[in-house]
Amino acid sequence: MSNKVLMKGNEALAEAAIKSGCIHFFGYPITPQTEVAEYLAKRLPKVGGLCLQAESEIAAINMVMGAAATGTRVMTSSSSPGISLKSEGISYIAGCDLPCVIVNVQRGGPGLGGIQPSQADYNQATKANAHGDMHVIVLAPSSVQEMATLASEAFDLADIYRVPAMILADGALGQMMEPVDFDAKESRELPEKNWVTNGHGGKRKKNIVNSLFMDPAALEASVIERFQRYEVIKENEVKYEEYMTEDADIVLVAYGITSRICKSAVIAARAAGIKVGLLRPITLWPYPSKALGKLADTAKHFLVVELNMGQMVDDVKLAVECRRPVSFFGRTGGMLPTPDDVVEEIKKIAGGIA
Amino acid sequence: MTHNIIISGFGGQGILFASKQLAKSAMHEDLHVSWLPSYGPEMRGGACNCSVIISDEEIGSPLIPHPDILIVFNLPSFDKFESQVSAGGLLIVDSTLVNKKSERDDINVSYIPATGLAADNKLDGLANVIVLGHLLKKTGMFDYDSFLSFMVSSIPPAKAALIEKNTLALKIGYDYEG
Repeated sequence: MSNKVLMKGNEALAEAAIKSGCIHFFGYPITPQTEVAEYLAKRLPKVGGLCLQAESEIAAINMVMGAAATGTRVMTSSSSPGISLKSEGISYIAGCDLPCVIVNVQRGGPGLGGIQPSQADYNQATKANAHGDMHVIVLAPSSVQEMATLASEAFDLADIYRVPAMILADGALGQMMEPVDFDAKESRELPEKNWVTNGHGGKRKKNIVNSLFMDPAALEASVIERFQRYEVIKENEVKYEEYMTEDADIVLVAYGITSRICKSAVIAARAAGIKVGLLRPITLWPYPSKALGKLADTAKHFLVVELNMGQMVDDVKLAVECRRPVSFFGRTGGMLPTPDDVVEEIKKIAGGIA
Repeated sequence: MTHNIIISGFGGQGILFASKQLAKSAMHEDLHVSWLPSYGPEMRGGACNCSVIISDEEIGSPLIPHPDILIVFNLPSFDKFESQVSAGGLLIVDSTLVNKKSERDDINVSYIPATGLAADNKLDGLANVIVLGHLLKKTGMFDYDSFLSFMVSSIPPAKAALIEKNTLALKIGYDYEG
């Protein structure tokens, strides 16, 4: 018997945040992520923290900005429509070089959409969180264990690079329970926060947290400096998992809950004699382009599987530089494919290759 | 060894509680486990089901298109899932609430009037635990005593009176000869 406890993904993420030293949470309720706030409302006051239900998502993300400026670890969470509302604040936080963790437990869209699991915010998360030249680090857990481990990792990455980090989950991961071990995450060395605006009684030079530059040259310099940091992130922080890719003719590319469905499909397809593998991006930004490019040397066909209409396909095409065909299979609106559905797609492709 | 279990009924029948007991017991035996509830705008009275996968191997998809164990607590659940049970699988029906027989000859079906047994023994609301007892008897998937001890350990001290009732309910289900 290990140290594991059985928890919902949303709860495991919330507990991991506390264990990572997050003492402030600002949010607004929305299905299917409400357990995050519910859990933190119970637990944060007991560890000397504050969990506040703001009047809106917009208020919540701006509270996150204020708390982050003081150097404390802070988080907000929402689901798809709520993340859109936070957009402006996310850009300000990125422009101010503030670390924080933003959680999106995705539901079907567009609009108010539905409340069932979805991955339809992939493009938003990885390419267009908000206005301006900016990125956020995007981590895509695929299990309750990773909801915890990657939440902790997100706090570390945010602090190390002074960028917002996002957990891009979905309703199924948020609602399902699996055993989780909170000691699984290795700790990282963190830089001193010498930039914080936390009051100093005139004892040091003042720090300024700001995203407004009236001088275009100064703004350009700040953006270029930030993009140099992005290059370091791309070099050092790409995470992915390869499963049975060594001899694979067909490589599935899937993240989050969909990668689990694909893993089952890989096993079933292999049992039927088709050489299939899976590449699971764990970081969606930075993207594991190099690993995919390498697989294009040996694989004959790529199949992207997502809970949307094919948002990651372009990233895979760019990564393999169109050397191999890239197909797509997905369900959207809150529908989930079964492993059998994916195997059918694999068989269609295998028929074309053979 | 992999068990793909779906428990289905109305919200309020203890579907999630029962499925959680299976998941917890599996975890305590160091097995892999996933617990995936249906969720929606309705709670009590609405349709509710839960998929539990217990395996000695890593679990891929937490979805269960074809359960090998299906437990149904109402007619809509019977109608929705009965045809999906994989051949050789087990269907347990609360026959107090489901007045229908399976016509499949390739699965094992067990009818237990769990809600009636609960009412007869002043155990209202514990039909779910009665069925769990019956499941243990039919499958031997967990040791009876350790399952019972894990289950009662999840009852908070303020509700200690429920320990006796749950213990009795599990025994009634285990001893039922249908």
